[in-house]
Amino acid sequence: MTTTMVQALNTALRDAMRADESVVVFGEDVGVLGGVFRVTDSLADEFGADRCFDTPLAESGITGFAIGMAMRGFRPVIEMQFDSFAYPAFEQVASHVAKLRNRTRGALELPMVIRIPYGGGIGGVEHHSDSSESHYAHLPGLKVVTPATVEDAYSLLRSSIDDPDPVVFMEPKKLYWSKSDTALPVRAPGLGAARIARPGGDVTFVAYGPSVPVALDAAEAATEQGLDIEVIDLRSLVPLDDAAIEASVNRTGRCVVISEAHSFAGIAAELVARVQQRCFYSLQAPVLRVAGLDIPYPPPLYEHLYLPSVDRVLDVVDQLEWDELPNRAV
Amino acid sequence: MVAPTDERGPRGLLPSVSPVRFLTVDGELTELDEHGGYQLPPAERLATVYHQMVVGRHFDTEATNLTKLGRLAVYPSSRGQEACQVAGVAVLGAQDWLFPTYRDTVALVTRGIDPVEALGLLRGDWHCGYDPVATRTAPQCTPLGTHLPHAVGLAYAARRRGEDLVAMAFVGDGGTSEGDFHEALNFAAVFDAPVVFLVQNNRYAISVPLSRQSAAPSLAHKGIGYGIRSEQVDGNDAVALMAVLSAAVESVRSGAGPMLVEAHTYRMEAHTNADPVDRYRDASEVAEWVERDPLRRLERYLRAAGELSDADVQAAEHAAEELVTWMRPRMNVDPVVDPAAMFEHVYAEPTAQLIDQRDMVVAEADLLAGEDR
Ligand SMILES: Cc1ncc(C[n+]2csc(CCOP(=O)(O)OP(=O)(O)O)c2C)c(N)n1
Ligand SMILES: [Mg+2]
Repeated sequence: MTTTMVQALNTALRDAMRADESVVVFGEDVGVLGGVFRVTDSLADEFGADRCFDTPLAESGITGFAIGMAMRGFRPVIEMQFDSFAYPAFEQVASHVAKLRNRTRGALELPMVIRIPYGGGIGGVEHHSDSSESHYAHLPGLKVVTPATVEDAYSLLRSSIDDPDPVVFMEPKKLYWSKSDTALPVRAPGLGAARIARPGGDVTFVAYGPSVPVALDAAEAATEQGLDIEVIDLRSLVPLDDAAIEASVNRTGRCVVISEAHSFAGIAAELVARVQQRCFYSLQAPVLRVAGLDIPYPPPLYEHLYLPSVDRVLDVVDQLEWDELPNRAV
Repeated sequence: MVAPTDERGPRGLLPSVSPVRFLTVDGELTELDEHGGYQLPPAERLATVYHQMVVGRHFDTEATNLTKLGRLAVYPSSRGQEACQVAGVAVLGAQDWLFPTYRDTVALVTRGIDPVEALGLLRGDWHCGYDPVATRTAPQCTPLGTHLPHAVGLAYAARRRGEDLVAMAFVGDGGTSEGDFHEALNFAAVFDAPVVFLVQNNRYAISVPLSRQSAAPSLAHKGIGYGIRSEQVDGNDAVALMAVLSAAVESVRSGAGPMLVEAHTYRMEAHTNADPVDRYRDASEVAEWVERDPLRRLERYLRAAGELSDADVQAAEHAAEELVTWMRPRMNVDPVVDPAAMFEHVYAEPTAQLIDQRDMVVAEADLLAGEDR
């Protein structure tokens, strides 16, 4: 049976709600409508309006309310309708969600998940395509998780709901309708373990969420130049699997980070800095990145120019100080 | 004007036209028409409140002194607001939850929290010095109004679990302008959460006067638009506060929905010890409010009513001195700074990156300690 990422997320929520009565789902339009992307489809039917319900339209209120419920024994999974519409909740996230455990020396923990559909590539009009992961990854106390495959959408969401820490779960909208034939449930290792999405020996691509398919396509295209590129799918930005990245880059000696978030001060910058610091003596070329442009996310007719493309990635690969490309003679 | 009607209260959602008042400035009982239909609280309860207010006042004075000694990083004084803070706690049961702000340290002490732990935040020892679960008291909240939706979520969650629990959430007049105040009221009403919101309107938000926060007839009126029953009360009248707040908690507990209570009071001290108060208010204004001191007012009333003897007053003073004597030497000890503690509760388990940073900081600290020796 073919499953889409949306269906995998829906199944993860359903299975988590069946497994644990304290899991509740709420937000805007998540009830009878099933969410604007249908991720919460029919949960209200199966579990009733106490377990999956609509709230007033107020993201800060939703988040603060979830904090209070988590303080009294629930495991809220809340939905922000879109990346840009999570901004009203930012104060609650930054000042409370991220800090409550630390402020109270562990007396109060917040096992809650904030689901955020994010990123571009769906032809969304203004305010529907932001890559806001860096904002959250910059806040100690939060975990930031993002799947790139249907299987990971299921298993990472389950792990996020089970986790004792608050998780910002970022769902790449562009991949919502991607498909897999793997039967659910599948469980991968918990949060903080990256995945080698494609093994290779010449270059390491580090990518996550919506950029993983781009990285894979670019790696495939590069075989025409005789390049054998490894693709690492981070799965979780916090905690970050430094060890997996390090092991790969120490083998390949070359690294390109791919992320569609704005380049400046973004996750890609952090990753480049870490690789440079940790793998310096193995490196045969500067660590480079292919990231989103430093402009507000453009209108739909321009977004192909904004997003990291296979060509843009391959152009950067060409800059990796090759004396001569390995296995040129294919 | 037609009052919004509602079967839950005699005035519908509307607050009393003027703040409910039981005591005149001189501590005499006011006429019935000022009581807003509330009952005079039992004398023993008022005597206890008096006792707690005396202790609170002494604690507050001591805390202010501690800032002068450099023992507290900063202290936002509760002076003048003891009636609000003590009554707001006195009406709660042990199972209820309190959601205080940085201003409400007297409320914490009234709640029975060790004064040294209550001062943890301001001492710079940790962000919250007490155990919020054991004390059923959320950490003091500094980002204005942001704790209010937590109170709503917690109270709603408790009701869902069938627990008999009311949340009492404090907020300042300035805090009522924040979006979270409004979102919290709205959520409380929509989800029928058992919460009492207590606005301590002390007329200032640092330097900004009430007139810049709101053009509403009263801050209590803000509840109406959300479908929340609202009331206003003289915040320097402990008798009125006990009457209104115990009725509010009782009604909320009975399932009649959330309530908003505005207490009109006054911040006798500067915003904090670091605030040049002369820049924005007149000493004459403060002098007027000294006349309305909540402690003196209650004492006069209770004495005249024969409910407070010299011995009772002495007992209260004695208890206050004991508290101060208990806390002072402990506040004079430098808190232990354990570098590793910073990393312990960021997550349930520290990440690999945090372990690296912790080891670096601990090694630096060990090296320094070695040099000191
Ligand atoms: C969101 C936010 N903005 C600004 C501040 C800085 N600040 C601290 S206290 C305060 C005044 C608050 O006034 P009020 O709510 O009336 O409470 P009071 O201090 O009078 O008890 C301000 C502006 C803050 N703590 N939080
Ligand atoms: Mg104020």
